[in-house]
Amino acid sequence: MNSNKNVLVKLKQAGFRINDKWLVKGVTLQIEKGKIVTLIGPNGSGKSTTAKIALGIYKKIDGEVEKYTNKIGYVPQKISIDWTLPLRVNDFMTLTENLNEETINEALSLTGVIHLKGKNLGDLSGGEFQRVLLARAISKKPDLLVLDEPVQGVDFTGEIALYELIKKISDELNCGILLISHDLHTVMSATDHVVCLNGHVCCSGTPIDVAKNNEYKALFGEQASQILTRYEHRHDHIHTNEGEIKKN
Amino acid sequence: MLDDFFIRALLAGLGVAIVTGPLGCFVIWRRLSYFGDTLAHSALLGVTLAYTMEFNIAFSVFIISSLIALILIQLQKRTNLPGDALLGLLAHSSLAVGLVVIGFLTFIRFDIMGLLFGDILAVTVDDLLIIWIGGPLILLVLKLIWKPLFASTVNYELAEAEGLNPDRAKAIFTVLMAGIIAISIKMVGLLLITGMLIIPAAMARNISDSPKKMVVYSIIGGLLSVILGLFSSLEFNTSSGPSIIAAALFLFILSLLNIKQSIKLKN
Repeated sequence: MNSNKNVLVKLKQAGFRINDKWLVKGVTLQIEKGKIVTLIGPNGSGKSTTAKIALGIYKKIDGEVEKYTNKIGYVPQKISIDWTLPLRVNDFMTLTENLNEETINEALSLTGVIHLKGKNLGDLSGGEFQRVLLARAISKKPDLLVLDEPVQGVDFTGEIALYELIKKISDELNCGILLISHDLHTVMSATDHVVCLNGHVCCSGTPIDVAKNNEYKALFGEQASQILTRYEHRHDHIHTNEGEIKKN
Repeated sequence: MLDDFFIRALLAGLGVAIVTGPLGCFVIWRRLSYFGDTLAHSALLGVTLAYTMEFNIAFSVFIISSLIALILIQLQKRTNLPGDALLGLLAHSSLAVGLVVIGFLTFIRFDIMGLLFGDILAVTVDDLLIIWIGGPLILLVLKLIWKPLFASTVNYELAEAEGLNPDRAKAIFTVLMAGIIAISIKMVGLLLITGMLIIPAAMARNISDSPKKMVVYSIIGGLLSVILGLFSSLEFNTSSGPSIIAAALFLFILSLLNIKQSIKLKN
């Protein structure tokens, strides 16, 4: 049974593989009410896979997942809407739950896209669509929000505003948030717990602990560990496909 | 009133059109047009089974079509063949097996043309009962699974993540497809059922900007096709099933003209 009634999802040594290739392995983490857990890591490190394990989208997994809520809002990393579907923003908002007009308007206003309500989903820009996705996820007032790179394609000022909104929602709704992001500097400061992935859990803990960790430095470079003190992130290296780091 | 063969045909056609409207929208949205074809082809096997075992045609078509759909889902899981290849395999092999079985049934005289293209004018009161009980039942179930089915049509992972159980909705939808084919096979025949599913929905897509509107227009388009098709088949003495589909095509072309006009207005 659930020992701590604040826990929403618990992963124990969870992993997922396709045939013999592990996408991610040995992940242990838990998400609690009112807390933000952030997953960071290079491309292909298993961040989205971990989110899908937690959500129960992947069913044949190794290890264990315990989920204590069904009120979930999800912003997937990739979503493509087919032109065969005539779908307006308004229709999309009630996709998985029936909401009243007021709730829809409130959520769309919070993410700054209320003016797009009657527009066809296919006519939105990438950033606009991302704001609609976020509005849909928060509108149902979920216990658990899973946000897979929720601000991709959003302009810089909007990005900061949306992260502030996410933090505010976590406090107001007292919901747990699993956040995946590349933007270390914006994300880390608002986070309660950071899990650094690279096919497995490299390190985890409070943002300050993780920033000091050597594996984290190896993964993101010396610069990245200073992001909490300095608000500037200069990228002096490139990540290769194997997750190695090359200096420029 | 039901004594008149034309009234019976009209009632049967309208009953079918109300159901093919919404189902057809999902066929288009989920890109299932060839899936509908496959089920329709397999229906021939169902019809022959009905004749051999002296079952009700609609019932045995429903059983066989559902069976083929289940086989398809299993094959998709167990082989690496692409979906369209599996559909083709099932469609043509079940059609072939159906025709071979007919060859053995020399003691029964088959109206192959009637099977392929339907014979709405031969609709009996029993057929009407099946359509007007089965049809609303299909619609009721579709309404119940609408949310998960529609959500997973937009995005499967979103529906799964937010606890809507899209796999169950998909399985139920498959059975509903088998159901509509079973109740409408006698009317439009197995070669034209998919037309009845797709064409009114495609017409509706051209003129609607929301899913609910598309469903409503699709139903209206289907009803008009039946009325237009049946009256013109009476007028010009053409076969009724193909006339209905031709009428649906006519409406589809009209909907294209409508788009061109609205573009002109915008410019």
